[in-house]
Amino acid sequence: MTELTASPSPGPDGGPTAPGAPAVPEPGSGSAALLRAEGLTKHFKIGNTLSQRTLHAVDDVDLAVGERQIVALAGESGSGKSTIARLLAQIYRPTSGHIYFEGKPLSSIRSRADRLRYSGLVPMVFQDPFASINPVFRVSHGVQRSLKLHRPDLSKQQRQDEMLRVFDVVGLAPAADVIQRYPHELSGGQRQRVGFAQALATRPKLILADEPVSMLDVSIRIGLLNLMAELRDAAGVSILYITHDLASARYVADRLVIMYAAQIAESGPIEEVLAHPKHPYTQLLLSAVPDPRAPLGVSAETDRGEPPKVIDPTPGCRFRGRCPLAMETCQTVTPVLNPVAAGHEVACHVAQSGAEVEAF
Amino acid sequence: MSSRAVELTSQSGPPARPGAILDVRDLSVEYLLDSGIVAAVDRVSFSLGAGEFVAIVGESGCGKSTLLFAIAQLLSPPAEITGGSVLFQGRNLVGLTDSQLTAIRWKDLSVVMQSAMNALNPVKSIGAQFKDAMRAHGVNSREEIAARSAEVLRMVGIDPLHLHSYPHQLSGGMRQRSMIAMALLFTPKLVIMDEPTSALDVVAQRSLMVQIKELQQQFGFAVIFVTHDMSLVSHFSDHLMVMYAGQVAELGPTQQLFDSPAHPYTAGLMEAFPSIRGPRRPLKGIPGSPPDLARPPHGCRFAPRCPKVMDRCRAEPPGLYNVDGTQVRCVLYEGGAGRGSAS
Ligand SMILES: Nc1ncnc2c1ncn2[C@@H]1O[C@H](COP(=O)(O)OP(=O)(O)O)[C@@H](O)[C@H]1O
Ligand SMILES: Nc1ncnc2c1ncn2[C@@H]1O[C@H](COP(=O)(O)OP(=O)(O)O)[C@@H](O)[C@H]1O
Ligand code: SF4
Ligand SMILES: [Mg+2]
Ligand SMILES: [Mg+2]
Repeated sequence: MTELTASPSPGPDGGPTAPGAPAVPEPGSGSAALLRAEGLTKHFKIGNTLSQRTLHAVDDVDLAVGERQIVALAGESGSGKSTIARLLAQIYRPTSGHIYFEGKPLSSIRSRADRLRYSGLVPMVFQDPFASINPVFRVSHGVQRSLKLHRPDLSKQQRQDEMLRVFDVVGLAPAADVIQRYPHELSGGQRQRVGFAQALATRPKLILADEPVSMLDVSIRIGLLNLMAELRDAAGVSILYITHDLASARYVADRLVIMYAAQIAESGPIEEVLAHPKHPYTQLLLSAVPDPRAPLGVSAETDRGEPPKVIDPTPGCRFRGRCPLAMETCQTVTPVLNPVAAGHEVACHVAQSGAEVEAF
Repeated sequence: MSSRAVELTSQSGPPARPGAILDVRDLSVEYLLDSGIVAAVDRVSFSLGAGEFVAIVGESGCGKSTLLFAIAQLLSPPAEITGGSVLFQGRNLVGLTDSQLTAIRWKDLSVVMQSAMNALNPVKSIGAQFKDAMRAHGVNSREEIAARSAEVLRMVGIDPLHLHSYPHQLSGGMRQRSMIAMALLFTPKLVIMDEPTSALDVVAQRSLMVQIKELQQQFGFAVIFVTHDMSLVSHFSDHLMVMYAGQVAELGPTQQLFDSPAHPYTAGLMEAFPSIRGPRRPLKGIPGSPPDLARPPHGCRFAPRCPKVMDRCRAEPPGLYNVDGTQVRCVLYEGGAGRGSAS
């Protein structure tokens, strides 16, 4: 296995790297996938013993993340994005389905040591930079702990050097000064960088970033998006970037996966999907992105729906209640993902019929 | 502070417009802390006509919430209004007694806070909270309360069945909508909103914005809308006020500010969000962060982050200059340069 060595500091000002996609092979099209999920499903039992019902948080999701690739997982609140991240991080056990990391099934991980190794290779960064760092310790604490746990071979001095290095990589300069501070002495953006530093300390191959910029000021988001692009380009880290904002997804990601009501609605190379969105829901998400340069779409007036909680679902397209194009078939037959162009898949009866989709 | 005397001689915002429903004039707010004074709002002036929509944008910490609280007279120690006036329907709200303010709040002027989860009472149903608000303003008839509560919920697109729901049973978008419904119980003339959509996802955010705009057009109330996301308001606000470090950086018609941002800070905010269209290109955002308002920089407060900075920017604070019908606080416009000199 090749060890990851993050390149030294990309410059303390965190200057922008072109976010453009590097040439990478399509994942899922062979052996290139670093992580692959097949038929990933997570159900929760809800209600009491008298009326037990099943909430479908994730249903039959196939997903692949390639080496040096940022995959954006996008959808409204409640669509199942965080549950996918938790399944991939082994925080949840899937109801069914399989996850393969570097070709090996996660279900084969039995020992504590292997589990620890996996959590170091595939760490998570959370939405709330305030909740994910312990407020009573200096920011060095979390990174130190990670290093001791995941890389016990390091000497005290090596640990210190490594800590300075990761703080440097995430643009927290001067690192020697920042590590001494307490979380409340940092801004939201800086705290989120600490989250990434902590993730980097374990020499990850794939970072599961669950809405890492959603709670930050717009002006701070760009810096973190640039950081993610830099981690991919310079350090070769892959990222699953969870977001509800397609504009930020487009800025950093190579591939886009659109979730709706626990299922994948559409996926493919990001520019292809955004230039030719085939699923009405993708079109809805796209129309909702505030864009001062575009006229206000009519769509905005018509959509008042909310994503459903998927409880004991019946067959049929889960988007049909909000979809202006829904046909007879959509009421009764659940659409499955099918290719419409190279690497571009969509789960919509209308799109698959070859008809022009202009829903929003 | 020596910089202060100099700046005081500069113009103080646009003149009050005849018929304005709200006229904020030279409003200043300070947090009086043991460690020193935080000048969170510094001589802000603007006015708002009946039925108009003004958006206030700027990064966190620029004083937006403090300004809103000052307008609505909701500040509490250590915050204090240290100067200026807030003329609402011709009456200065600064210095009114609590009971005078209670008569105005909700009925003529209502406020929607950033987080409905914090503003709503978690252990009371939506209906019970509406009832409390109406009772506090002398509406006691059960029929009237029930009818109006159902009506305002319907106005924001929520089934009145949800009067029986508790806040945690509603989605984030529905909670924000019920906050807005509550703010409309008495058909106010002015609704003040502090980042009402910031906790929502893009779809819910867009749908709430459209809803607010429709209600505003239908009922004719004026809106002050605060957000850190400038891209959000381009289609919705008539006027845009860009705040930086407690001051007005730029103020004018929304379209004009978007088409040709004059202040380097406005230009920076415009460059801070990626676009869904056009070529993918790297963005820098605005390097650095807003200053600590306990110790604002000498001269122009934006100077430490400004790509256009010159020596004289650091020498003394720029005035607020009239530029093509807008207000811009930047020395680039001192000699009467036109808009667009920042780009
Ligand atoms: N531990 C849990 N128990 C029950 N329901 C859950 C749990 N976690 C998530 N859910 C439900 O699963 C659905 C998907 O949630 P989540 O993965 O958090 O979505 P997202 O991250 O896209 O907002 C939601 O309906 C949510 O309420
Ligand atoms: N309760 C408070 N005590 C002391 N300083 C405060 C308090 N609330 C806000 N401030 C300071 O006032 C300034 C403006 O804050 P705020 O009005 O919340 O800005 P915004 O809403 O634009 O984020 C900030 O510098 C902040 O630190
Ligand atoms: S006055 Fe100078 S420093 Fe301030 S915004 Fe204008 S150019 Fe920049
Ligand atoms: Mg989530
Ligand atoms: Mg605020």
